[in-house]
Amino acid sequence: MSARTLMVVAAARQIRDGEVVFAGMRLPLLGFAVAKATHAPNAVGLFENGLIREMPASGMVVTMGDTPNQRNATAATTLIDVMGMLQHGRVDVGFLGGAEVDARGNLNTTKVGNTRLPGSGGGSDIAAHAKRCVFIMEHERRRFVERTSYITSRPRDSVTLITTLGVFALGAGAAPRAISLHPGVTSKQVREETGFGLDFSAAEVTPEPNDLELAAIRAADPTGFWTSGSQ
Amino acid sequence: MTKLTTTRDAVAQFVRDGDRVSAACGLEARIPFSAGHEIIRQGKRDLTLLGPISDTLYDQLIGAGCVRAVEAAWIGNVGAGLGHNFRRAAEATPPQIAITDYSNLTYATGVRAAAEGVPFGVTRSVAGSSMAAQTTAFRELDDPFTGERVMAVRAIPVDVAIVVAQRADENGNAHIWGNLGTTIDSVRAAERVILIAEELVSRDVIRSEPNRTLVPGFLVNAVVIEPGAAHPSPVDGYEERDHAAFDAYHRATRTADGWVAWRREWIDDVPDRRAYLRKLGR
Repeated sequence: MSARTLMVVAAARQIRDGEVVFAGMRLPLLGFAVAKATHAPNAVGLFENGLIREMPASGMVVTMGDTPNQRNATAATTLIDVMGMLQHGRVDVGFLGGAEVDARGNLNTTKVGNTRLPGSGGGSDIAAHAKRCVFIMEHERRRFVERTSYITSRPRDSVTLITTLGVFALGAGAAPRAISLHPGVTSKQVREETGFGLDFSAAEVTPEPNDLELAAIRAADPTGFWTSGSQ
Repeated sequence: MTKLTTTRDAVAQFVRDGDRVSAACGLEARIPFSAGHEIIRQGKRDLTLLGPISDTLYDQLIGAGCVRAVEAAWIGNVGAGLGHNFRRAAEATPPQIAITDYSNLTYATGVRAAAEGVPFGVTRSVAGSSMAAQTTAFRELDDPFTGERVMAVRAIPVDVAIVVAQRADENGNAHIWGNLGTTIDSVRAAERVILIAEELVSRDVIRSEPNRTLVPGFLVNAVVIEPGAAHPSPVDGYEERDHAAFDAYHRATRTADGWVAWRREWIDDVPDRRAYLRKLGR
């Protein structure tokens, strides 16, 4: 079981049936496909380039503008139209990633030291307006810092953080805590890779994907491009 | 009246040194790479590039030294991550480009204000983020009706918008489909518009589906019919994204020397888009 497979399934489980979702790209997009194929067939996906989808894309999608993501879209409209709906409060859950995250759930995708990164994209808007935020990141100490030096995205409420090591809760005034650790991962290992304190007292083991979820991942990522490998 | 011309002539006539250029309206799709390459060949200078996202085209214009400033939400290589030229220019001492960071929605709000001819737009985004400290773009103010704090986004004026459409008539009335990004507002904000289409169609085809006419010809200065103009970015119905080309660019431009060699091979030694497509084996 690769960590990425666990992350995709953990992402899918964040989406409830009928919810409106900003699923962005890569692992969250796979999570959206898995959720649609299993427990959330009525979820709706919004894309900041202007697309609204009720069925997952068939075929390899690297960017949200790829033709397989355009094909069979429910609607193709403008950025301000879709993100206006986000700002209005119509989005239940938004997925994000970043270079740095801190204990309060702030995300930095703009600059770390003198290293210049690509910037916000839609991230800052999604964090500000989605009712729930889910971050998906590689779990490395240099990325998990006490305070980010630059705040690109400041979430409006609590954050669920899905990493290569586990699932965590951040922000909204509460102390950061571990919700679950992936099978075989120890709290010592997580502490070594995290630059802020975490409460492990209620940490469970991340549930393994069931057969339905695994079949949905194979259908959505047939070559294993996103989910194979040791990570 | 026909506005049909070539990319070379359209860029020569309508893109001027110091211009504020929008060539990123479709985000990852319909990016006018052919016109961007022509801007580089003609050595345009001191441009300000306007977002939101233009995949690798802005990285190329920055690497070529055409750019003074960038006002955008995301600059890099969407498939591969970082844009090496952007990084080199931003991390240089002193920096070679001035950057104003937007989010996608705040950029769209600013260009919408410019499209409507008003001085600013209003949003609830970026409050509490580090971006809000850029007071040339953002100012918090009180809602005059309720007193609630909101964020004003200064209008983002556009000198020239370069837009790829699926089909257009010779006057520049254009049908566009697929995701639209900021295409509609960028064209309306612009003083000049270069419209590049995959296909030339008659007025009758345009008028058969007026809901699809997202660029009205009276706003357009130049019409270029140029299949493949957006390669390697996708054009819904005409062109898939060429992922391998973006990856190859990422690998080739890791070093400044690598970028110079890439530019020579794919821009300077290629006179126009037809030659570029021939080089691709088309």
